[in-house]
Amino acid sequence: MKGRHEPAPGLLRRLDALARAAFPAITTALMMVLVSAPVGLPSAMPAVALACVFFWTLFRPAAMSPLMCFVLGLLQDLLTFSPLGIGVLTMLVVHGLVLRLRRFLARQPFWLVWLVFSGFAAGAALLGFLLQAVLNWHLPPLWPGVVQFLLCLGLYPAMAAMLTPLHKAMQRAEDLA
Amino acid sequence: MIRLSIPLRQALSRLSLPVLVALAFGTMLIGKADTVLVDRARMALSDTLAPIYAVVAEPLGAVRNAVQEARALWEMRAENARLREENDRLHRWQAAALSLEAENTLLRRQLSVIPEAPASLHTARVVADAGGTYARAVLLALAPGVEVRRGQVALDERGLAGRVTEVGSRSARVLLVTDMNSRIPVALEGSRARAILAGTNGENPRLQHWPEGTRPQEGERVVTSAEASVFPAGLPVGTVHWTEGGTPEVHLFARMDRLDMLRIFDFGLNGILPPESVARPEPRARR
Repeated sequence: MKGRHEPAPGLLRRLDALARAAFPAITTALMMVLVSAPVGLPSAMPAVALACVFFWTLFRPAAMSPLMCFVLGLLQDLLTFSPLGIGVLTMLVVHGLVLRLRRFLARQPFWLVWLVFSGFAAGAALLGFLLQAVLNWHLPPLWPGVVQFLLCLGLYPAMAAMLTPLHKAMQRAEDLA
Repeated sequence: MIRLSIPLRQALSRLSLPVLVALAFGTMLIGKADTVLVDRARMALSDTLAPIYAVVAEPLGAVRNAVQEARALWEMRAENARLREENDRLHRWQAAALSLEAENTLLRRQLSVIPEAPASLHTARVVADAGGTYARAVLLALAPGVEVRRGQVALDERGLAGRVTEVGSRSARVLLVTDMNSRIPVALEGSRARAILAGTNGENPRLQHWPEGTRPQEGERVVTSAEASVFPAGLPVGTVHWTEGGTPEVHLFARMDRLDMLRIFDFGLNGILPPESVARPEPRARR
């Protein structure tokens, strides 16, 4: 190994990198599917999706491309019975805005990130409400939106606590590589 | 892999977001325009995910069961108190049911004064006291065509009165249990001990030949026994009463001094009959 500065990326190495790149989107999709399994609670799926997209866009934008956001949003729309496109647009908007704020936000303490996320959650709920109203041409009840917002707010710390170690582990692996 | 120049890549990555946002609006339009397509896509996704959900359902079910278990444990105390209270109440009801059951049995015994269906029954009027000085018997007037046979049992509305001993074409003679020649196999209802009820020509017949060790108790009910297959078992006879002289008598249920109607039952029993009945075969087949 000595003397060779850059070993040619072998198959395993490339697989590793690919897995790392695909990991956030795949885990997000998996979690969305699992969360939408019936448990008798109001669906936490949009909250989970939003938290994941927010987190990964903030800390690992390379792995959460706009295309991934599009696909995840589509998955959300198909899993729920909301009109098609709401989730897609929400995810893309969140993604774009977080990308803009990324430089400032990535260095902030957790509580501030959470605060910003709560703003995003409120915006997402509002956007969802408006789009629902426009697409169905009929004013939906207000409560589900509020519940969704609160669910987002409450779920984010747990999600972050779960995703941060993963992110750290991936970072360590990248540093080693 | 297609190699792209760095500026082109940057431009593409900068463009991708607006393009995708536009595509999002496109999907909205598609969702509004072609609901069938959306439904089909949804169903395809659901079909694909169905096995996953089936797998997930197992641990979820386990979790839900655990939660329910925990809740059940949590509520066990209240449940216990409720059950204990209910148990107390049910115990009271059980006591009530048992006492009612005993009462029911008792009443049923009393009711079996009228033996059940297959026994055919004729009611006949007592027209004469056929006894005379040294016998206790009554004469029944029979309607023409009514067939009464020797050995049949006669009861009044309360209990055993006697047996048919002679049959004519229009009348029948009933030997009462109080007659001196009457010997009826009986059973003491409490102890199920057998004894013989022997008439004395007096008002109350006596009990004889009860087994040693089972002394008839005062007030014990006496019923017929099927011992000699003359009587069906369990016809009410009377109650035991000890006289001052120390002999057990039976106070009959039947009102012997006021017999006016007797019911003649044919239980189809063909027990020990006087010898002449053997010489005269009877039309009725043995059951």
